[in-house]
Amino acid sequence: MEILKYIFKRILQTIPLLIIVSLISFFIIRLSPVDPLAELRLNPSVSKETLEKETQRLGLDKPIIIQYGKWAKSFIKGDLGITSNGEQVSTKLKERIPNTLLLTVVVIFLTWAAGIPLGILAALKWKTPFDRILTVLTSVGMAIPSFFFAVLLLIFAVRTGWFPVGGLTSANFADMGFFSQVKDIAHHLFLPVIVLFTISLAGLQRQMRANMLDVLDSDYVKFARAKGLNEFKVVYKHALRNAVNPLITLLGFEFAGLLSGAALTEYVFQYPGLGRLILEAVLKSDINLVMASLMMGAIMLILGNLIADILLIITDPRIRVKS
Amino acid sequence: MKEVLRQLLKDKFARLALIVLGLIYLALFFADFLAPYTKDFSDRTMAYVPPSKIFTIDENGKFSRPYTYNYIREFDQNTLEMTYKLDRSQKYYLKFFSQGQPYKFLGLIPMKRHLVTVAPEGRLFLLGTDINGRDVFSRLLFGGRISMTIGFLALFVLFPIGLLYGGISGYLGGKVDTVMMRFAEAVMSVPSFYLLIILASILPSGMTSIQRFILIVVILALIGWASFARVVRGMVLSIKNQEFVQAAKSIGQSRLGIIVKHILPQTTSFVIVAMTLSVPSYILSESGLSFLGLGIQQPDASWGNMLKEAQEFTNIIYRPWLLTPGFLIFVAVLAFNLIGDTIRDVLDPKSRVR
Repeated sequence: MEILKYIFKRILQTIPLLIIVSLISFFIIRLSPVDPLAELRLNPSVSKETLEKETQRLGLDKPIIIQYGKWAKSFIKGDLGITSNGEQVSTKLKERIPNTLLLTVVVIFLTWAAGIPLGILAALKWKTPFDRILTVLTSVGMAIPSFFFAVLLLIFAVRTGWFPVGGLTSANFADMGFFSQVKDIAHHLFLPVIVLFTISLAGLQRQMRANMLDVLDSDYVKFARAKGLNEFKVVYKHALRNAVNPLITLLGFEFAGLLSGAALTEYVFQYPGLGRLILEAVLKSDINLVMASLMMGAIMLILGNLIADILLIITDPRIRVKS
Repeated sequence: MKEVLRQLLKDKFARLALIVLGLIYLALFFADFLAPYTKDFSDRTMAYVPPSKIFTIDENGKFSRPYTYNYIREFDQNTLEMTYKLDRSQKYYLKFFSQGQPYKFLGLIPMKRHLVTVAPEGRLFLLGTDINGRDVFSRLLFGGRISMTIGFLALFVLFPIGLLYGGISGYLGGKVDTVMMRFAEAVMSVPSFYLLIILASILPSGMTSIQRFILIVVILALIGWASFARVVRGMVLSIKNQEFVQAAKSIGQSRLGIIVKHILPQTTSFVIVAMTLSVPSYILSESGLSFLGLGIQQPDASWGNMLKEAQEFTNIIYRPWLLTPGFLIFVAVLAFNLIGDTIRDVLDPKSRVR
């Protein structure tokens, strides 16, 4: 019961946060000298009525506070307006968000699956050649610019022809069976995942190593050893559980970092995700689309943090007691 | 501070990193002299020329002063391909410390001497040319000036803001603190790269390159201050109840005075660590932004916007020399990371055990 109450409180806290985020993004975009409907006006396939409707919906003839009110009202209702091509923004987002989520979730899963064991190993073999080599490799992973790495992998893909270049699915995707569809997506995901994996693995492995070293140095681990427990039990039962907890907080941040990093990677690989959408929208100054995808990015980030916090409440009893 | 430097020099990797960065900055400082060409020199007939070949053994098999040949472009009607051949009719000897294109050293002293040039009709492209026939090697040096300073400048804008914001929020506490921190959290809740490209895209076009440079610095600073301010606030919370703060209060020091003069100086070692550790991320942000075409604009060079050409398949396959800025970014970021890690180990005794 306590847990549920705490979780509920935590969810309520995100609402003011979202309002402030929307205010900031709204004012940044509206205060820019760009005419929000310029592209629509130039598009011959957009009728006068649609233009009129958009002006009404955005309240462009009214002061900016009222514009924000109007925007917020239609945002809550789920009406995000239309893009400069005349499409619905919401359909566009529905198409792109799952792709970005797929990419980030796969990457987070892989980094955790590889980063935690590598961090533990490096801590246990502290200052041995193994640890040093890992430190050098993670330094390299942290220093390589994501877009540059992506470009290098693209060269590799083009040269060898082993990997498809761009997109998420092949042209004949619709005709495939279920298993070949999954295989096709995995094939397309491989290179973008490698880029993001390399970059986020380094941070996670280092963090895990540092936490583990901290914990291994603590009194209760010394006590467990003094008690005569075998090393396996000391490490995996006593040390590990405490070393992983701080990483769960990091999960939220990692998600944030990945959303940002994914934007450039998506752009280079022509991956149909949210990051590339917002980039295209920005380049075309498609205001409705920019605003909506900015909000979606923020919502995803806030949700990521929320999930991390809830996980932490479940795994770490100390937080429950404190609250 | 001396201790930090001593430790830096003692560590093998950190020493190497310091030397590499020192060399890079030295090269950028003397860029005008080291570069065979000026930043804006372009030879339209020489687009995408491969790196010049330098010969030290002549056609008779004898040692000779180093010389190079020009390239001639030929368009093959059958394969529709552009080929580059050496024009062996005319040798151009490399001339050291001799007169070349005029420039102003550090923007002030007019000079003509370059480290290495060839005769005016010869072309010395050490790392090939780009689409406009501009020397990649020279532009690397000039672009580095922007790429390697923009991060530092952003930090000098960001840190005072973050320090003051975090200091005020932590010291005043209560409602002010709540409101200020909610705002900072909201800024942090927008994926930083999304915010970055949006801010960069609303910059009006038709700015001079200096104006644009300054605004990019400001934008980079706007991204990072919030998380920094939050950490500062946390530190201020633990400092503000100590006795020396009470003492300052009792002699009637103003609140801003207490924050700036007594509390913030306590965070110095954290600030130094945070600064060195965040330089690389600003270098990466700038290059990412310019790579997308939203940062530093042509004809100015930066390592990011030079890599923009690497977005085309034909370029990255047939013209690998266009990728050199990427390797430089990598080396610079790696060096900064190594130095940052070492400084952290020195200033944070708890991590030294590791």
